[in-house]
Amino acid sequence: MDKHLKIGLALAALAAAGSLAGEAAYAQQAKEQFFPVLVYRTGPYAPNGVPFANGYVDYLKLVNARDGGINGVKIAFEECETGYATDRGVECYERLKGKGPTGATVFQPLSTGITFALTDKSFGDHIPLITAGYGRADSVDGTVFGWNFPLGGTYWDAADILIQHVGKKEGGVANLKGKKIALVYHDSPYGKEPIALLQERAKMYGYDLILLPVTHPGVEQKATWLQIRQNRPDYVFLWGWGVMNSTAIKEAVATGYPREKMYGVWWSGAEPDVTPAGEGAKGYNALVFLAPAGQGGVHKDIIKYVYDKGQGTGKKEEIGDVLYNRGLTAAMMAVEGVKRAQLKYGKKPLTGQQVRWGLENLAIDDAAIKRLGFTGFMSPIATSCVDHEGGSAAQVHTWDGTKWNVQPGVYHADQQVIKPMIRASAEKYAQEKKLSKRDCAKEAD
Amino acid sequence: MFFRENGQFKSTYRADQQLLPILQDRVFMAGLVAFAFLVVPFVASDYLFLSLVIPFLILTLAAIGLNLLVGYCGQISIGHAAFMGVGAYAAYNLVLRLPFLNFLVVLVLAGFVAAAVGMLFGIPSLRIKGLYLGVATLAAQFFLDWVFARVKWLTNYAPSASPPPVELFGWTVDTPVRKYLFLLSVLLVFTLLAKNLVRGHIGRAWMATRDMDVAAEVIGIRPIYAKLTAFGVSSFFCGVAGALWGFVHLGAWEPLAFDLNLSLSLLFMIIIGGMGSILGAYFGAAFFVVLPILLNRIPGMLGFEMSTATASHLEVMIFGVLIVLFLALEPHGLARLWAIGKQKLRLWPFPY
Repeated sequence: MDKHLKIGLALAALAAAGSLAGEAAYAQQAKEQFFPVLVYRTGPYAPNGVPFANGYVDYLKLVNARDGGINGVKIAFEECETGYATDRGVECYERLKGKGPTGATVFQPLSTGITFALTDKSFGDHIPLITAGYGRADSVDGTVFGWNFPLGGTYWDAADILIQHVGKKEGGVANLKGKKIALVYHDSPYGKEPIALLQERAKMYGYDLILLPVTHPGVEQKATWLQIRQNRPDYVFLWGWGVMNSTAIKEAVATGYPREKMYGVWWSGAEPDVTPAGEGAKGYNALVFLAPAGQGGVHKDIIKYVYDKGQGTGKKEEIGDVLYNRGLTAAMMAVEGVKRAQLKYGKKPLTGQQVRWGLENLAIDDAAIKRLGFTGFMSPIATSCVDHEGGSAAQVHTWDGTKWNVQPGVYHADQQVIKPMIRASAEKYAQEKKLSKRDCAKEAD
Repeated sequence: MFFRENGQFKSTYRADQQLLPILQDRVFMAGLVAFAFLVVPFVASDYLFLSLVIPFLILTLAAIGLNLLVGYCGQISIGHAAFMGVGAYAAYNLVLRLPFLNFLVVLVLAGFVAAAVGMLFGIPSLRIKGLYLGVATLAAQFFLDWVFARVKWLTNYAPSASPPPVELFGWTVDTPVRKYLFLLSVLLVFTLLAKNLVRGHIGRAWMATRDMDVAAEVIGIRPIYAKLTAFGVSSFFCGVAGALWGFVHLGAWEPLAFDLNLSLSLLFMIIIGGMGSILGAYFGAAFFVVLPILLNRIPGMLGFEMSTATASHLEVMIFGVLIVLFLALEPHGLARLWAIGKQKLRLWPFPY
């Protein structure tokens, strides 16, 4: 043992000096609500990470420019690049969690891996985690996952809705018997999440489930599609992200598998997924999570208050893209959570713990959606201490070669099947982690 | 003339063989350890602990492990992140299924599981060398990645492994300072272990095998013994590091946490830090953990308005350039630079 440690620590101390200097500037501004923004604008998932981040940041800018903040409390935010890597995500979290006068408001990592790691930290740090449309399905259970908010839907909902949709196509779920459904999924916890539900449903309806994993990042799918060519499944469900989606559609074209029979989850149905495949992507379907592509009232405001003033984050043409809108709604739900919490705690910067109360008592009904300019881009959400999801509704949209067209019919996941699964899974998690459950009845006031 | 070591005579073999033969080194080292244990916990911020110091400590441990194999025994491995993963999953299952075990016992057992797997994948090293061995260990990486993702029993049928907080004798390792002290103690023990291993007969057997395996065989070193112990010990270190990475740093992880990228990073760490040097592992890990984050933060600290994407592209570019420069100008790594610096200081201000 010689001088090893010294150097390491000296380097660390150097970095410390730097980071402290950076933080000092923040403490002075008082009436601010700090929003950390975890993004990935680089790496294999950047094509999908960028529009989401742009939408998220644009909405925060809009609230500041149009309303002067949340009831007078200005929004401060800072981006941190994770590159979709868990360890960098954790670093970003640690970097941003203490900023602003009251610390970070809410984290939205847009990555299942980072969500897992941050879930573990949220119990100690008391900062909520919104994972709208991703993360662990069982985190709906607020009594165990006290800080996770999978607002608006989970992967189990998504899988259930897809089964409902193809069941309708076949003229009733009873006709699914003997049909073959292939799940082409990202070989990670994200991609594996729907399997539990699809298997449960397979038992009920009697279809054959073919599981076809694709290794990260998903550019190599020749073997997968060879199997599809051999098995000729009646439907292919695609559970990919980033470059994996466009590769899958290209492979489907090469294999000659009809795109009309392909259904993507809501993370496999944005413009960057279909445009690389060109004409070939025509007919491909995917779920719409909360917001379809297009523009509404809120977009007009963004153009007026943000882009026309030269403050836009991305390109003006990309306003209204699927993932842009999803970033927008994600930010909106966070802001609404803060607004709700302000009713109880006052119009001042709030801590993560206080914001959680807001998110737990969220009630975004049709009137609120209209007021916010989100008509047509949002389904109502009402959460509680027990239910951190607040409702799940989704539609299906189809790519016609130039744009996404929303199909008529809104689907709701069958909670009869999902709720018991959630409870069992959350229970197991609590046991493994040795967590004590929250008593929601006691906290109500 | 920062320090003068003349006048320190050694009259016994014991004195000659000790770890730090020079008095100044001993004083310096004692001061350093005291500083790390007594001062750092009070001055460093939580951010510093959680995002820099803790990953640094764990990766150093892993880098020491890999260095024992690559730097000391000359057997290349591109699969050590997988052995870290083996350690992490082994520890997770031990904690889950045998909850009465002390975490230190779990750590050691996890290390042994990783060592067993490492030795299994080290068997090809008896027949193949160099790049070919590299490819064989790459197979270990892919195979184990596949196992972590496929064998649901390993994660107890949950999407991710999420272990309970670490407890030691009723002391929960949960705050940053506690994590730091725990990891520092573990690292200290393992550094001493490694340092003593490499100067004992095992280490000498490794180095002889590294320098010329035929000659080593001629002087009576059994290659099977030397190579497999190197794989075993190295995987043991990495297994422990992996368990710590999962339990203490990440808290919950998916198989991607131990992917090929981490294997390559570990390899870069020891190449940049210095092959065949324990000190090099420290340097390499510090370089790898601290520098990217520092580079990422420099524009913000200096008050430049820069988009996140530009900053992170710049980070990758500068980091790449630095690696190339280091390898071109000092192929023996940072540890060698340190040794040169020390030598120069010894003669300063009158070099000859």
